[in-house]
Amino acid sequence: MQFRLLKDKVLSKLMLLLTILSVSVVLVIGIGLYYKSIPVLANSSWWTLLTSSDWKPLKGLFGFFPFIMGTLWVTGIAIIIALPLCLLSSFYITEYAHPRVRKVLVPFVNLLSGIPPVIFGVWGVLFIIPLIQNHIAPHFVEFSTGYSVLAGGIVLAVMIFPLIVSIVCEVLNTIPKELKEASLSLGATKWETIKKVYLRKAKPGIIAATVLAISRAFGETIAVLMVCGNNAAVPHSVFDSGYPLPALIANNYGEMLSIPMYDSALMFAALLLFIIILLFNIISRVILARLERKLAA
Amino acid sequence: MTNNPHISVQHLNVSIGNHEILKDITINIPNKKVISIIGPSGCGKTTLLKSFNRLLDDTPDVKVTGKVLLDGENIYDPKAEVTHIRKKMGLLSQRPYPLPMSIYDNVAYGPRLHGNPKKVELDQLVETQLKATGLWNEVKDRLHAPATRLSIGQQQRLCLARGLAVEPEIILGDESTSALDPVSTSIIEDLFIHLKQKYTIVLVTHILRQARRVSDYIIFVYMGKIIEFGPTEELLLNPQKELTKEYVKGFIS
Repeated sequence: MQFRLLKDKVLSKLMLLLTILSVSVVLVIGIGLYYKSIPVLANSSWWTLLTSSDWKPLKGLFGFFPFIMGTLWVTGIAIIIALPLCLLSSFYITEYAHPRVRKVLVPFVNLLSGIPPVIFGVWGVLFIIPLIQNHIAPHFVEFSTGYSVLAGGIVLAVMIFPLIVSIVCEVLNTIPKELKEASLSLGATKWETIKKVYLRKAKPGIIAATVLAISRAFGETIAVLMVCGNNAAVPHSVFDSGYPLPALIANNYGEMLSIPMYDSALMFAALLLFIIILLFNIISRVILARLERKLAA
Repeated sequence: MTNNPHISVQHLNVSIGNHEILKDITINIPNKKVISIIGPSGCGKTTLLKSFNRLLDDTPDVKVTGKVLLDGENIYDPKAEVTHIRKKMGLLSQRPYPLPMSIYDNVAYGPRLHGNPKKVELDQLVETQLKATGLWNEVKDRLHAPATRLSIGQQQRLCLARGLAVEPEIILGDESTSALDPVSTSIIEDLFIHLKQKYTIVLVTHILRQARRVSDYIIFVYMGKIIEFGPTEELLLNPQKELTKEYVKGFIS
């Protein structure tokens, strides 16, 4: 009897300890990255590091502005492409598709999320790059190699598609059938019902899905690295190449020891990525909480 | 009974998968009366009600044969256009489901779908329908507050006002008072009795007392078939069929 109670107590403490241990990894990573970035921060100010476009590691000049912009461009393009596509697909799957069609579609969407990023990268190089180079870019600019933030955005869009679709479908399925019937019985079409009732009701869920997808897109490395050109310059159009932060880290991690302060600069890049994602998550959480409070009221 | 019933059901069969829900239903619904559909749970009363405005369409594997004539038009004709059919009927479901918008916008939702009413007309219409459901004095100062802030009873009356705003001919009620407190229930019941001057009202209910209080006619459905149909008092006090007798006495439930 006593032993049973003791076991319960000990186990609960153990679970607490293990949970704290896992969660504290976030803090440990943050502190570790900051610690490793101290040399480069001692050399130049935060402001210069964030706003300068000079990337000359041999001269000790580290300006991260092009990489920050590269990350934002690629992620932005991915979301702009993926969000409407995902919403329409989710509406089709949950509202219009025949149950038999749905049974085929849903596993395919899930399969898409199981494909390793490197395969998406190869697909981008073999298919998207030539498509942009030969068929899309010539309509807009004089010359593009195809390796561009647009290519990165498209590949990323396909990668975050299953994530958004599965979450939004889940959200749509929680909307009571009777609410739909109420709208339909007033003579609304399905599309009117989706537009006026479902979009409103599902807004917090859609935002949450988008936030998750953006976080994922910020950090995605290999597939983006393979298609976006990796040129340390600020992109000015979708056909310019870009160099997102994760790609910078992954590409140069091996050779950084030969150049002074390079390792510290890369750690700073990691810290930047870490901070961007952290800030983004905090902000979106605040927005979401506000929205939910407004809807509940 | 009038000569041209709004709803006339002819040899209607409904099955979902291999399960026959309604079998050979034929009935003329009297105009501008309150008609209650009663019967034990699972007998098909809700399915019968939903077959009137084609809300069964989205049920997986549903198969409908036979005709439902709405003002002479067969709504199950492949060429029939569904939105104007549904517009002719207001639906009041078991629990109130206000749309996720303000009180005003809930009532204005239908009219806005079917045209581009001017603000003045819309204001007038919202007021009229909220008055018709006795909600106006309770909400006139907070028309733009979210509909979910109303009490459940008020929400149900709002849903009724929302349905009336598209100027239907028929009101369908699917156990519309089952989630409400006694006071709200009696308000809704009184509304039904009052509204039958203008509308044909079909209610599904499992409360015999309610059927007796509000309805002029009763349809008794059992195992997917209409067993008996007749004026309320006659059917309840002097049922012709053995099954009806047993149900009314409470032996079947």
